[in-house]
Amino acid sequence: MPRLLCSVGVALFLVVASTSTALACAGLIGPNGSVNLVRTTTLAAYHNGVEHYVTAFSFQGGGGKFGSIVPLPGIPTKVERGGDWTLQRLIRETQPILRGALAARAVSEDGVRVILETRIDALDITVLEGGGAAVGRWAREHGFVLPPDAPEVLDFYANRSPIFMAARFDADAARARGQQIGDGTPIHLTIPVSNPWVPLRVLALGKNGSDLIQADVYLLTDIRPALLPGPRRGFSLQYSAPASASLIRDLRSDKGMGWMPTGEMWLTHLVVNSAARDLTYDLAVDASGRGRPSWVAAGLVPFRVPTIPPLRGSALMVLTAVVLLGGAGVTEMARRRPA
Amino acid sequence: MISQLQHIAIGRRALAVAAAGLILAALLPASGNSTGFQTVTVTIRHSRFLPAQFTVRRGATVRFVFTNTDPIDHEFILGEDAVQRRHESGTEPKHGAIPGEVSIPAGKTAETTYTFNGAGRLLIGCHAPGHYAYGMRGWVRILD
Repeated sequence: MPRLLCSVGVALFLVVASTSTALACAGLIGPNGSVNLVRTTTLAAYHNGVEHYVTAFSFQGGGGKFGSIVPLPGIPTKVERGGDWTLQRLIRETQPILRGALAARAVSEDGVRVILETRIDALDITVLEGGGAAVGRWAREHGFVLPPDAPEVLDFYANRSPIFMAARFDADAARARGQQIGDGTPIHLTIPVSNPWVPLRVLALGKNGSDLIQADVYLLTDIRPALLPGPRRGFSLQYSAPASASLIRDLRSDKGMGWMPTGEMWLTHLVVNSAARDLTYDLAVDASGRGRPSWVAAGLVPFRVPTIPPLRGSALMVLTAVVLLGGAGVTEMARRRPA
Repeated sequence: MISQLQHIAIGRRALAVAAAGLILAALLPASGNSTGFQTVTVTIRHSRFLPAQFTVRRGATVRFVFTNTDPIDHEFILGEDAVQRRHESGTEPKHGAIPGEVSIPAGKTAETTYTFNGAGRLLIGCHAPGHYAYGMRGWVRILD
């Protein structure tokens, strides 16, 4: 059964008392209600059943703390500082072109389990397991301010994978470290999964419907992947070809990228350029060769716990009405059928 | 042919009446007693009131009981458009003292009681930042 792959580092929730700090990987709601839209760049690479997710959080100045929560496809075995040039190299690789079933787990909402905590530069990273409401409560208790669409979006993801990453950016610590505005902190998560998945809907969290969401999503897979949804308004396939030998060589030489095979890989570049109201889906990827990306993973059909509820009064009435109406329709059709 | 059309029209009218009855029943999710005091239970989920539309009789006293299933705080403000606008730009952190206004903390239950003396329609809404614009609103229709 395919599992989730988190590949887009997205800023979901603002933490208290920040002024102009921001995560590079998404738009954010500022404490004064302002919205900072920042283009996201993320790599989701998949090889030997392991997802390598690389994104960057950048320092945008200001003070205090700032945070985001990112849905994850599974429990990471490693969270570390990412390489220094992987994302930039991917952008450079595709820029010339630019010119021209998920893990079905029942989720308990009783509490949250902290799976992993680590600090990378000025980022405090916590990996959590829990239902949408529980993760939301945890976030509140840890100073996150949740926008009104957060409960629905958290449930949207938790129903499929109850794993989230909370990243808190300590702007004071960043300044103390000498980080300049725009400096990024790349994060590399290693997540065993059976198929990739990229959360996109979360990019629209906390945005107004007309806000423009922009993101670059890079996929590196052993073979050409099957994707769902296909290109549509606000979501386009910009590049799909075997990765060049020089790209593979350059990426392999970056920190933490030694897992990459020396042979061929397929590079896919997708661009999100969508109004927030239209970004209601995720990106399902089938890198197995079967060519069957999951509709559930893409968020195009809701995840359902496979139980058969008992027929209750109202449902029974509706069913009876449907049967009766259907019967009447069939009778009418039969009556009108020419001899 | 004419008789067939009449039959269809009558059928549609009957369906409309039945549907109106069902809708009215849905809009009155209250348990009342002989004194006209009603209790309405409202669930808050995904930053929505469920239900968000109500119909009451003029003079009725209604006890609204809210269960907030969301992990974020909400509030319920009942009043005319001017009241909603005032709260949208207001800064009161808590509500509860005024009938028809109550704060509902995350995961908690809260209630407020209101007597509908006027006629017409009142609005309901949550004015936590961004919630009203997000769609956390509804209305109460008051029947004479």
